Amino acid sequence: MSVGEITHIGRPTNRVDGKLKVTGQAHYAAEYPADDLLYGYIVGSTTAAGRIAAMDLDAARQFPGVVEIFTHENRSKAAWLDRSWRDEVAPPGHPFRPLNSDRILFDGQPVALIVAETFEAARDAASLVRIAYDVDAHCTELEAKRAEAYAPPKKRSGIPPPPDPRGDAEQAFQNAPVKISRDYRINAEHHNPMEMFATTCVFEGDGKLTIYDKTQGSQNAQGYVTSVFGLRSKDVRLVNQYVGGAFGAGLRPQHQLFFAVMASLELERSVRVSLTRAQMFHIGYRPDSYHTVSLAADRDGRLQSIMHDAVASTSHYEDYQEAVVNWSGMMYHCDNVKLTYQLAKLDTATPCDMRAPGAAIGVTALECALDELSYELGIGPLEIRRINFASKDENTNKQFTSKALLECYSEGAAAFGWEKRSPRPRAMKEGRELIGWGVSTGMWDAFLQKAQATATLKVDGTLEVATAASDIGTGTWTILTQIGAEAFGLPLEDVQARIGDSTLPMSPVEGGSWTAASNGSAVQAACDAVKHSLFKQARKMANSPLADASFKDVEVRDRRIFRKDDPARGLSIFEVMHAAELTEITEQGKVSPNLRQMLKYISYTNSAVFAEVRVDEDLGVVRVTRVVCAAAAGKILNPKTARSQILGGVVMGIGMALHEEAMTDHRLGKIMNANLGEYHFPAHADIEDIEVIFVDEKDDKVSPLGVKGLGEIGIVGTASAVANAIFHATGVRVRDFPITIDKILNSPRPS
Amino acid sequence: MNQIPHHPQIPIFLTINGTLHELKVEPWVTLLDLLRERLSLTGTKKGCDQGQCGACTVLVDGKRVNSCLALAVSRDGAEITTIEGLAENGELHPLQVAFIERDAFQCGYCTPGQICSAAGLLAEGHTPSRAEIREHMSGNLCRCGAYTNIADAVEDVLMPRIAAKEAAE
Repeated sequence: MSVGEITHIGRPTNRVDGKLKVTGQAHYAAEYPADDLLYGYIVGSTTAAGRIAAMDLDAARQFPGVVEIFTHENRSKAAWLDRSWRDEVAPPGHPFRPLNSDRILFDGQPVALIVAETFEAARDAASLVRIAYDVDAHCTELEAKRAEAYAPPKKRSGIPPPPDPRGDAEQAFQNAPVKISRDYRINAEHHNPMEMFATTCVFEGDGKLTIYDKTQGSQNAQGYVTSVFGLRSKDVRLVNQYVGGAFGAGLRPQHQLFFAVMASLELERSVRVSLTRAQMFHIGYRPDSYHTVSLAADRDGRLQSIMHDAVASTSHYEDYQEAVVNWSGMMYHCDNVKLTYQLAKLDTATPCDMRAPGAAIGVTALECALDELSYELGIGPLEIRRINFASKDENTNKQFTSKALLECYSEGAAAFGWEKRSPRPRAMKEGRELIGWGVSTGMWDAFLQKAQATATLKVDGTLEVATAASDIGTGTWTILTQIGAEAFGLPLEDVQARIGDSTLPMSPVEGGSWTAASNGSAVQAACDAVKHSLFKQARKMANSPLADASFKDVEVRDRRIFRKDDPARGLSIFEVMHAAELTEITEQGKVSPNLRQMLKYISYTNSAVFAEVRVDEDLGVVRVTRVVCAAAAGKILNPKTARSQILGGVVMGIGMALHEEAMTDHRLGKIMNANLGEYHFPAHADIEDIEVIFVDEKDDKVSPLGVKGLGEIGIVGTASAVANAIFHATGVRVRDFPITIDKILNSPRPS
Repeated sequence: MNQIPHHPQIPIFLTINGTLHELKVEPWVTLLDLLRERLSLTGTKKGCDQGQCGACTVLVDGKRVNSCLALAVSRDGAEITTIEGLAENGELHPLQVAFIERDAFQCGYCTPGQICSAAGLLAEGHTPSRAEIREHMSGNLCRCGAYTNIADAVEDVLMPRIAAKEAAE
C-alpha cells in the first residue's frame, strides 16, 4: 500500500507520545532540570476561618539548608486589582491571592512558603513553623447554609444561567396523574489527577523566566503570571508539554505557580514548588450539592412538568457557577418547566470545574428521578426516555445540529442485552448477589472555541503543526498529528505536532471537550492554507503541469501535488519549493464559532449508559460488573483514544456513584480524608467490563471537522445508570451519593 | 544537588538499571526522591508520597516496591530497576509494547508504576485470570480510568508466558 492510500482520520491509532510515556521519557512539570535549583514547600493553615495572630519561624529559619521563608509579612509586591488576578475561566468575585494578608478563608490555605536547597530541607523546616490563629466561627456544611442560598447576582462568563420558566410547571404538576418529588445529595468530589500540581520556574536571567507548570492552559497560566507580577509577555514562556491528568483542576492557575514564580523573582534563582497530595484537596473541588427534582407525567409516560431546584457550594470570595439544572429543561420534551440554581457560601476554597461540571451532578439527579417516575408509571426506564425524546433544545428553542440519541438507546440496549431485563426490582439473583440493570441518558455541550494554529511544510515534504493546546491525557498530540498527516497524505512519523507552549498560536484552555473540534479545526485550516500556497507556487512554475488547474482540482499526497483526475500530472513538493527558492511554507489557520449559525442551531453530544450491578444481599457490597456506553459525538478522529476518553469518564462516573466524597469534620472545617487511601476512587479491582459504542453521527455544522468532543460525555449519566441499577437489584433507592454500603444496609428493605 | 552543611551523608551502593552507583545521601531521603531529584531518573513518578497510589513503583531485587516508602539508605546494596531500565538494547519490554497497543494509559503519569508493577506481578506466579490481574494491580491507581486497557495489556503478556511455562512443564 502506498502512503497515498492511508486515511488517518477515523483510524484507530496508537498515541504518538506513547513510547515516551511507557519509557518514562515524557517530562512533567516537576521533572525539568535547572541549575542551582531551590525547592519550595507550602505551609497550609490549620484553621478554616480567622486571622493569623502570630508566626514563629525561628526554628524553621535556622534549619540547615533553608534559604528564605515567605509569609504575608514579607511577600513581594504583586498586582493590586482583582482583574489582574482573574484568569480566563475565573468566576465572579475576588480571586484568591496567596500570602495577601493575615486573613484565613479556608482550611489548608497557604500561609507560608519555605524555600531551601533541597526538597527534604524545605519539607522538614515546614514542619517547624508554628502559627497562632485568632479563630473565627466557620461553616463548611452545605445543609446549614441552604436557607441562605442565593441566585448568583453576577453570571460567570460562558455559563448559561437557568432558562426562564416555561408553561406552568406547578399547576401542571398538581394536575398530572402520576408524579414524584425527590431530594438528592451529591457530595463534594476532588479531581485528584495522579500528577501532583507542580511548577519548575527556571530563572534565565535578563528578566526572563521559563516556567514548566501543570496546567490545562499554557497561555492562561502565562497571562496570569505576567499580569500578577507585572512582567512583559515576551519575557515569560510557560510550557506544559505533558500533563499528568487534571480533569478541570488545571484550568485555573494553582498556588504552586504563584509561589514558584514569586520565589524565583525574589531570590533570582530557579525554584520548584510541588503541592502535596493533601494540599491538592484545598485547590478546588466539585461542589457539594442538593437537588430537588419533581416530575409529573400523564399515564402514557409523557412528561407534563419538570422542576429541578439545586443548591451548590461556593466560597466566600468567589461565586463559582456551572450549568447544573439547565439539562433538566432540554434533555426531554416538556412544556412546563421551572428550574432554579442557587449558591451557598462555605468556608472552603472556591470549587472548580471537574469533568462535565454541572452536568455530572444535575443530570445524575434528573436521571435518577426519571427512573423513579418510570416505576410509578409502570413504564420501562428505557421506554420513558424514548417517549420523551426532545427533538430541539427547548431551553433556547434552537435546532440540534445532530442528535443520534435514539441510535444510542437502540445500539446500547442491543449490546447490553437489555430486552432480557425483568421489569420488577429484586427479580434477578445469582448466589448471594442481587443483580440489577439500570439505564441513563447523558448529554454534554459540543463547543467550538476560538483557536489558531500554524502549519509548516518543509522542503523535504515533512510537516509541522503547532497550536498552544494541551494534552492532559486526551490524545491531543495524536489527533493533531493525524489531522496534519491526513491533509498532506503523509505517514504519521513525517508529521510533528507542537503543543504545550505559551509561545505557540493562540489556544483556549484544554477543557469543555472542545480541543479536538477547536484546535483540530484550526490545524486543518492551517494545512489548507499551506496547500493553497503550495498550489500557487506550483502553478507559477514554468511549464507547470498544474498551470490550467484550479485548487479544487488538485491533491497533495505522498510529497507531491498533482491533478486528481490525472495523478501523473503533478510536481514534487521539493520541485515546487526549489523553484520558488523556499525551504518551507508556513501558514496560519484559525477558527471561531459561527455566530450566525448559532442563532438557529446548538450542538450537544448525547449518550445512553447501561449498567449492571451485583449487590451482596447480606453485606451490601456493590460491584459494577458491566457498563455499556453508547455515545453520539459526531465524527470520531481516533477510535482508539476516543474509546479511552469514554472509558475514563465511565470509571469516574462509577467513582461518583459508589466511592468518591470529601469527608469534612464540620466542627473543625477540615477534610478528614485528604489522601488517596481514604478518598477512594476506583482502583483496578473496582472496574470490570466496560464497552464503548460510537454510533454513526454526521454533523456538518458543529465544527469544520464534524467533531463534537469526548472528554466529558463518558461521566454524564454513568452515576445515575449505576444508581438506577442498584435500585433494580435491591429495591432500595439511595438518593445520597456516593451510594456506600452503609446507606444500602440502613435503607428499609422493600417488602 | 546542593550540599547542605550539618546534614549527615551516608555512603551507599545501588545498582540502578544495571549501573553501579556509589552515593552519599542523608538518611531521610527516600528512594523515590533520590531517583527523581538527585539522579534525574524522573520516569518514576510521585503521585502521593505516602504509599497509596503506586505511581512510584520500581523493582527492588526483582520485587515491586513503592519507592516513596523506602528510604534510600535502607536499600544499600540493592538492585533497582526503574521504567528507564526495562527496555533492553533499545527493544521495548513486552509490557511497554502492550501498553501502547492497548492504549493502556492516557495522561501517562501512573504508567511507569503500572508497568513496573505488572513486571513484578509476572514474576509472582499468581493464578492466571483477569480477576487476579485486577486484584494484584490494585495498588496502582489510574485516575484517567485506563483500567480495562491496562488489564488487557497485562493479560496479553502474562497469558502467553503462563501457557509457555505450562507447555514446558
